[in-house]
Amino acid sequence: MRLLDGFSPARWWGMVLKEFLQLRRDRLTFAMIIAIPLAQLTLFGFAINTDPKQMPMAIISADESDITRTLVAALKCTGYFNIIGRLPDEEAGRRALAQGKVLFVLTIPADFTRSLLRNEHPSLLLEADATDPTATGMALASVTGVARSVTVKDLTGPLAYLAEREPPFRILVHRLYNPEGINQYNIVPGIMGVILTMMMVLMTGLAVTRERERGTMENLLAMPVRPLEVMTGKIVPYIAIGLIQATIIFLAARLIFHVPFAGSIVTMYLVTLLFVGANLTVGITISSLVQNQLQAMQLTMFYFLPNMLLSGFMFPFHGMPGWAQFVGNLLPLTYFNRLIRGIFLKGNSLSLLWPDIWPLMLFTLAMMTIAVKFYRKTLD
Amino acid sequence: MSDHLAIDVTGLNKRFGKKEVVKNLSLQVNRGEIFGFLGPNGSGKTTTIRMMCGLLIPDSGSGNCLGYDILRESTRIKRAVGYMTQKFSYWDDLTIRENLDFVGRMYAIPRRRESVDQALEGLGLTGRAGQLAGTLSGGWKQRLALAASLLHNPELLLLDEPTAGVDPAARRDFWEELHRLSARGISVLVSTHYMDEAERCHKLAYIAAGNLLAQGTATQMIAAQGLHTWVIRGENLMNLSRRLRDLPGVAQTVLFGAMLHVNGTDRELLEETLHGVTAESDWRMEKIDTTLEDIFIYMMNRAGIREATAP
Repeated sequence: MRLLDGFSPARWWGMVLKEFLQLRRDRLTFAMIIAIPLAQLTLFGFAINTDPKQMPMAIISADESDITRTLVAALKCTGYFNIIGRLPDEEAGRRALAQGKVLFVLTIPADFTRSLLRNEHPSLLLEADATDPTATGMALASVTGVARSVTVKDLTGPLAYLAEREPPFRILVHRLYNPEGINQYNIVPGIMGVILTMMMVLMTGLAVTRERERGTMENLLAMPVRPLEVMTGKIVPYIAIGLIQATIIFLAARLIFHVPFAGSIVTMYLVTLLFVGANLTVGITISSLVQNQLQAMQLTMFYFLPNMLLSGFMFPFHGMPGWAQFVGNLLPLTYFNRLIRGIFLKGNSLSLLWPDIWPLMLFTLAMMTIAVKFYRKTLD
Repeated sequence: MSDHLAIDVTGLNKRFGKKEVVKNLSLQVNRGEIFGFLGPNGSGKTTTIRMMCGLLIPDSGSGNCLGYDILRESTRIKRAVGYMTQKFSYWDDLTIRENLDFVGRMYAIPRRRESVDQALEGLGLTGRAGQLAGTLSGGWKQRLALAASLLHNPELLLLDEPTAGVDPAARRDFWEELHRLSARGISVLVSTHYMDEAERCHKLAYIAAGNLLAQGTATQMIAAQGLHTWVIRGENLMNLSRRLRDLPGVAQTVLFGAMLHVNGTDRELLEETLHGVTAESDWRMEKIDTTLEDIFIYMMNRAGIREATAP
């Protein structure tokens, strides 16, 4: 082997030592070495659940009886449903579903108990937000068992005749928004937010850091240009890039993946613009915290990871434990995912989207404040 | 504040962490003057220049730059000052014209297009205006940087080691340009390591480890140190230099290739010592005028600084 000719272990060891020394000096890399595996472990190990339980459900009940109460209790017992309240009518139910406040609405019609006792085979209506088929699939499958268990438990004695045959009532399941349960309908619009997060944060992060790394920042600071001019001026091209990317994904979603689009294009662009803005402020903030482009990339990755995993993009948001949902609620992508899916699949209007819009605005404002505060007007 | 001063600062202090980079520095630069700022690496020259144009805020001290307060009116200072950084700090991935155009926009100069064209012509780069700045050689980069920092007609130029890494011919051209600018009334503060450049300045200041050790004209500075200098030529000067250092009357010895400069404050004593030593061999000694280099090394040694570490 020619390769090992003249290989000096001492020289080689010198090389190894130098690498370690440099690694030790780069504190951020050092922190990442520890933080990334810990974050990944926590997120994948504890936060992510592909079989989500305790998903929010609302009940519209026009009939209160022992039997309906047992029924509700049985639904609870499956572990899939967390009954968060009662709603007055169907309209309120649809609204709650559209806004993603609940994933299920159970409607118990008037006279349900009476019809049941008369053996008229009444129906219950269970509406599900099927945007994310993986989130709701298992829960809906568990429902068929419920009807049977109720019958066995409650219909005893003189009512036992009802229990003998096939279930005396039916649960009609309506899968709203994505009735065929096509996963791509959920994932493809979600990709828009993921790509925008990655690109916008990284590109702005690098744009400012590059100036610092190449020494042109000093020149810029010596000119009578104001921080706000530098920052907003740097942002504009990336806003355009963000909108172009959104357009590409939109077209691909429609033409290649045939994702239905129930909402308004104007609303989509407005929401996307806001989201792009939110991410750009993150990028600018990152760039004012780091020293070089490598660190900017590392911090971007660190920001990207929870966004990817906790925003409801890859895994059902409602399947995560409380703390993970709390973290998810701090991330702009969580809101954007709800917004963009709401626009694509549910056709939500701006007023319906508002509960997910104002947190994005708040986030952008807060980040902008931090960015301006940390922007170094001098070289200190 | 006097009108004839371009720079007038007193008691400037700056520290980075624990390290005091500039200590109690006071400096006056007359309008229209080329003021040379000298000192070893890491002595605080760059930091001082940055404080004067508002890039760094001094921890304490006060002063004016072109009549504007350096603490409160940095925006106005920036508008009236041209600053050339030590390292080429224009955009490598923009062309020469695009760089100049950008600078013009930042200063909102009137008739930008014309000014850029003029600058290009002055540089002799009209034909290469579309070339990326990053592809220029060191000398051309320096000329571009100077042209860019002059684009908005500043009253004061702050030049931080502008000729580092530039060949002698380009350096000579550069200094001729500086003198033309000075003749037009533009004040220049220029930091340098080169003694020949120091001699071209109207006035000088010498800074070491953050302390301003001396300022004045070259002649004044040399006279102030009261050094007498002999030059010795011959063989084996290295050993001679080592021997002389401990002898009476010798303040320092500096080896310049085939010449040895010997300095001392006591003229008679030094002469006596040298006569005694040079008689031993065929060393030829000659009394010369003390050079700037002699006194800078002398001041540095007296301040107890060999090589300061950079901040």
